[in-house]
Amino acid sequence: MATPEHGEKIIDPIHQFVIERLVPIHVGGVDISFTNSALWAVIAVTCASLLFILAPRNLIPTRLQSVAESIYELVYDITHDVLHENARTYFPFVLTLFVFILFANVLGLIPYSFTVTSHIVITLALALVVFIGATVIGFIRNGFGYLKLFVPSGVPTLLLPLVVLIEIVSYFIRPMSLSIRLFANMMAGHMMLKVMAGFVVMLGVTAGWLPLVAMVGLMGLELLVAALQAYVFALLTCMYLSDAMHVDH
Amino acid sequence: MPQLDMSTWPPQLFWLAVTFLALYYVISRVAIPRTGGVIALRKSTIDGDLAKAKNLKDETENAVRSYEAALADAKAKAQAIALENRNKLNAEIEAERAKLDAALGAKIATAEKKVAASRDKALEDISAMAADIASDIVQQLTGSKITKAAATAAVSKSLGK
Repeated sequence: MATPEHGEKIIDPIHQFVIERLVPIHVGGVDISFTNSALWAVIAVTCASLLFILAPRNLIPTRLQSVAESIYELVYDITHDVLHENARTYFPFVLTLFVFILFANVLGLIPYSFTVTSHIVITLALALVVFIGATVIGFIRNGFGYLKLFVPSGVPTLLLPLVVLIEIVSYFIRPMSLSIRLFANMMAGHMMLKVMAGFVVMLGVTAGWLPLVAMVGLMGLELLVAALQAYVFALLTCMYLSDAMHVDH
Repeated sequence: MPQLDMSTWPPQLFWLAVTFLALYYVISRVAIPRTGGVIALRKSTIDGDLAKAKNLKDETENAVRSYEAALADAKAKAQAIALENRNKLNAEIEAERAKLDAALGAKIATAEKKVAASRDKALEDISAMAADIASDIVQQLTGSKITKAAATAAVSKSLGK
């Protein structure tokens, strides 16, 4: 560390999450500036769209085609396993959700890029869309019968008030757990990578290879987490939608 | 923590909505029809090929079965024809033999009748001759004539008739 300011900048693991307004835009007093987060969201959506548009349509798939088809079939399977006959309706939304989160997570692993999903406001917005959407669909489909979701069958009458309370709390915690799980995983992983990268620079050529090797392993792990969190988000979305479809579970 | 800087939330939410809706449009209008179509096409092609293979296999099995049936049929027919021929030949042989037997029997019978007639005739001739000889002998020895009837009776009596 030659100068404290320089060193601090390198190992500051939080700095990567700072939002920078690349093109300031204000419409009617609302700040809708094009930020680095927006840039990487656009890049993620562009890459995802290109994957599906450029993938050939061969009977025997090419490698690119296999990627597109694997993503499609993974989400197709979870929606059909969980939602059964309603899967067709919600498949496009769940697939979009999965692809958006997957590409945002994975592209965020590129050094100097920005991870869109490392901000709580993004993951909370996605989770609230799922939560409010599922709740509205639940009431439209079942009317006030949807409230039966909070009253599990086969519970002793004495315990019922407690169980109902727990069910209600757990229901409203759903968007919290859904958003914090994704946001925290992304943030923690990226901070860990940044700290490790800082060690590589600090230790230099003599011992810097040790955290470098660790980083290679961590990068693999983070790649797994990036895909897994997208999968978990899509799966839980399907489950919440399934609750809205079938109250008597 | 930059995440808690609420002044950055509106632009983030705005661009999240824009990009998410754009991706939703691409996914629902392009990605799902394209990818789903390819997967469905592949599945139907594989199913069609499997069905075709099954049909060909069934056809082969049917051909083998009909060939075997035809072979068994032909064998049975050949055996039936051989049996029929044998029976016919046997019957013919039997009939021929019976006819031959009958003809031979008739011939034998007539021959036997002839023999018996000749014998009877010969015997009659002999007794007539003997009666003549006896009457001659009696005439020579006694000089008296005996009637032919008496002589015949005497001969018959001595012959033990």
